[in-house]
Parts: sequence; structure tokens; C-alpha cells
Amino acid sequence: MSLSRSQKNSLFKFSCQAVTAISLLVLVVLLYHIMKEGFAYLNFDFLNHFPSRRPSRAGIKSALFGSLWIMGLTAMIAIPVGVCTALFLEEYTNRKNKWVKLVELNISNLAGVPSIVYGLLGLTVFVRFLGMDRSLIAGALTLSLLILPVIVVTTQGALRAVPDAIRYGAYALGARRYHVVFGQVLPAAIPGIMTGVILSMSRAIGESAPLIMVGALSFVAFTPESITDPFTVLPVQIYNWVGRPQEAFHGLAAAGIIVLLAVLFTFNIIAVFIREKFQRYKND
Amino acid sequence: MTLYKNLIKYLLKIVLCLTLFPAITLASKLSGSVKIDGSSTVFPITEAVAEEFQIKNPRVRVTVGVSGTGGGFKKFLTGEIHINDASRGIKSKELKLAKKNKVSYLEIPVAYDGLTVVINKKNTWVKSLDVATLHKIWKPKSKVKLWSDINPKWPKKKILLYGPGSDSGTFDYFTKVINGKEQASRADYTKSEDDNVLVTGVAGDVGALGYFGYAYYAENKNKLNAVPIVNKKGEKVLPSIKSINNGSYNPLSRPLFIYVSKIATKQPQVKSFIEFYLSETETLAKEVGYVPMSKKDYKAQAKTFELFAK
Repeated sequence: MSLSRSQKNSLFKFSCQAVTAISLLVLVVLLYHIMKEGFAYLNFDFLNHFPSRRPSRAGIKSALFGSLWIMGLTAMIAIPVGVCTALFLEEYTNRKNKWVKLVELNISNLAGVPSIVYGLLGLTVFVRFLGMDRSLIAGALTLSLLILPVIVVTTQGALRAVPDAIRYGAYALGARRYHVVFGQVLPAAIPGIMTGVILSMSRAIGESAPLIMVGALSFVAFTPESITDPFTVLPVQIYNWVGRPQEAFHGLAAAGIIVLLAVLFTFNIIAVFIREKFQRYKND
Repeated sequence: MTLYKNLIKYLLKIVLCLTLFPAITLASKLSGSVKIDGSSTVFPITEAVAEEFQIKNPRVRVTVGVSGTGGGFKKFLTGEIHINDASRGIKSKELKLAKKNKVSYLEIPVAYDGLTVVINKKNTWVKSLDVATLHKIWKPKSKVKLWSDINPKWPKKKILLYGPGSDSGTFDYFTKVINGKEQASRADYTKSEDDNVLVTGVAGDVGALGYFGYAYYAENKNKLNAVPIVNKKGEKVLPSIKSINNGSYNPLSRPLFIYVSKIATKQPQVKSFIEFYLSETETLAKEVGYVPMSKKDYKAQAKTFELFAK
């Protein structure tokens, strides 16, 4: 049986729709399930209490603060380093150079390394060798390493997408390379860079394995005050609650997931906002 | 005027605090940190103690991790943490490391856990099991596939086994008691590190048999049945707080420990934490589904600790 071209066309369209519908359905079911279980536990006390053996008194304050600290620090470390690496590779080196190619290949490979390996690295280098102990900064540095490759690769892509006409135009007006890169190319690439940042930060906030390796704790009843303080994060707290025998803790875990999603959503909104702002700048 | 009133109220509160709770105000002068890591089985008890201790001593920072008993010992013996939660005793390998690093430590039993063998609610044929039968089911390369393989009177139904993975202290203890050697077990069963998964599994299959810590059975009594285990005296005993505590539920009940190093006890907040642990666990352990020891035992432990910390 052979299909006509128009039949093939509609068949393909239909399968694409079906696949999209399935993935959306899975998401909806997941969200519904979590909302149903966790909504009852979600209130201000939940956000403002420390973990407790009594579900009614338990809250997520230390984990929420820990996650916010970790995210902030990771962003402050990984974004500048990642963007600058990409700038160097794209704007200051010859792409045909074999050493540059080797470095690029390695960075792309690093993006696929399992996160637990970064955890081990963090434990050996930051916690033990550099003596940072089980601190926020050790966790943030480990997560920075984890997301750096993604930021570098996406930033490179974004820089490559900036038309050369912009660079030549700036040079023609007598700008130095510094001015070309920071005044023209980088602002034009920011929307693309932000996409990479969103993806990598979303990955970082959900990671628990490498953070457990470097010493994210399960019970912390204070909020961190400096980067050398011990900490816990949302995924670790959620995991802890899911494994408890009491039903009420599973509800708390669901509520924790809602908080985690809300934090993630807020981060993404901010990033999208920045992206939109620069998109307009580019179009003007 | 209101300012005055508030001020007086404040002063009254302070005076009340000072007169009524001298112990609390004295204790809260402690500061520093108490670093704990180790077994996830002991975690709920330590968490409960840490929570109460933290409330009474707001300036002390108590942190509890769950790296597992083995992972905790590694950190304990290098001096990274003060206290290790252990669901088993120290192993000879770890003992060697302790000697090498010159770590002097004290093992303190803090509570009991009763490994509970569970079956589906609809399983009407199993009335009790003894160690020999459990060994027949769980020994490495066991041939038991149907319930009738164990007892010909039982139905020809497939037996579906559930148990913890090999990283768990529960697994270590069960295999040692039932199969005579740690880690020796048949491998063709459903494994999960998450005991809730085992609960769901056994609750969903008529032919299922599984084992896990007592706390998970206590929370799910409406979904599962526990199997009475024939003890050394030949009595059939169901796990309960009473039977685990008085030792008649054997051989599947085990002590849970905390380990503290001598150097750590020199820090007043750590010393005070251990003392608090031994005085409060009797009530707190029950709250989180574990079986406390007797009052006498805790007092004896406290005395041993006092001597050790000198």
C-alpha cells in the first residue's frame, strides 16, 4: 500500500500532534498529582518553618534559602566564566586552529558527563584539597563546573549567529576589538545566551546528587549567613521526605516540589524578561 | 504611654524567663556546631533530637547528613564530623582505620529497630515463619519459586520477593541473621532503597513477601500484615514496640547506634548534645516509629558516656 504525498503529509502532521499531546498530557498528570497532594500543605508556615519530625510543624525554610544561595552563587560564578570562555573562543581565536578545536570538543564532551562525577570532583578538590569543608561555596563551585559546558556551548552558538556585518560595520567606524565585542556582538547575542542560562540554571536547581557528594545536609535548622556555612537544598529535602514512612511527609514532599517549581519559574521569568529586553534592543 | 507598657511587658517576660527557666537560659549560652552524618535508618531519631536541641540552644548549629553508615564512618574517622549515626557496629576495616588515625570513640546504643517480614493482606496461609524457612526462601540461588515449594499445603502461587538493595544496613543485618553471612542473598527479587516502594509492592500482590524496618510497617498496618517470627525460645512473636523492646522479638531486632569521638566530647556543645540525646530519646524514638530502650539502659549509657568524656 502506498500513500499519496498529501496523505503522507497529513500522517506526519498527525503523528507530530499526537506526540506533542502525549508529552503535554504527561506533564499535566504530573502537575495535577503533585498539586493535589501538596496544595494542602502549602502555606506561609511551610515556607517559614525549619524541618521537623512532626509533619504539621515541618517547613522548608532552610532548604529554600539554601537553594536560593546556591543558585545566586552559581549564577555569579558560572555565567561570567562561561560567557568569557565562549567570547575568547569565538572572537579572539582562529576557529580553524587545531588546539581551539580540541578545546571545543572537550567542552562539548563535558556537557554529557554525569553529574555525580562533578560531585566527586567537587568533594576532592573544593571540600578536601582546598579545605572549603561542606559549605555553600563548595556546592556552588561544583554546580558551576556542572553547568559551564552548557553555557559555553550555547553562548558560542549565540555569538556565531551574530551577523559579521555588525562586526565589520563597527570596525569600519574605527572601533577596537574590545568595543566591537562588548558594545555590539555581546548585546546582540544576549537573547541566545539567556536561553543557555535558563537551561543550565534549571538543571542546576534540580540537581541533588553532586550536592550530596559535597555535603548538602538533610537536617539544617538555620539559614546560611555566609558562603562558608553548611546548607541543604530543596531537592535533598524533598528526597528525604519522600523516603519517610509517614504519609504526611509525602504531602510535604509534594508541597516542596511546588515550591521548587515556583522558584524555577521565577528564575525563568527573569531570564525571559532580560531576553525580551535585549531582543527589542537588537531589533531597534 | 504604650512604649512604657511595652517596656514593662518586656521586662516582665525577661524576669519570668530568668526565674522559671534557669536551665534553658544557662544551656543556651552554648554555641558552635555539632556535625552529624551517617545512616538514613537512624536519621529520623537524630533529626528529632537535633530539632529539640536546636530549639533549646538556638546558638548551636546542629547539622545532620545521610551518607549511610559506611560513608559516615569514613568522615567520622577522618575527624570531619563529631558524631556518626550507625545502623550496625563498626567493621574491622574501619576499626583499623580508627587505630591508624588514633581516633578514640564510644559506641552508644540509642534505640532498636525490628526488621519486619511482611505479606499481603489477602495472604491467608502464612501464620508464622522461622529462621530456617526464611533461609530456604532467601539463601543465595534459592530454588523457591512457588509458595508450595516451602510448604506443600500452601497454594501453588508464585512468590514475589521484595527487599532493600545491597547498600542498605537493613540488608546487611537480615542476610547475616538469616543466611549466616552479610550480603549473602538470592538476587532475583525486587530491590529498592526506598522502603515505600517495597510497601506499595507487597500491598499490591497477593503472593508477595518482603522485609524492611519496623517504622515502615507501623505506618502501613492497614495495607500489610506482619508475619510472626519464631524466636529462639520457639515462640511465635509479632513485631511490636513491646516485643522488640523486651527482646522476645528475635533474632530480627537490632540495636541502632551513635558513635562519638573523644576529641569531639571536649567541645561542650557536643557533650551536651549527647547528654540530651540520652535523656530525650526514650520519648522521641517512639514518636518517629522506633523502639526505645529502657530507662535503665539510657541511664547506664549516660554513665558510660560521662566516664568516657572525662
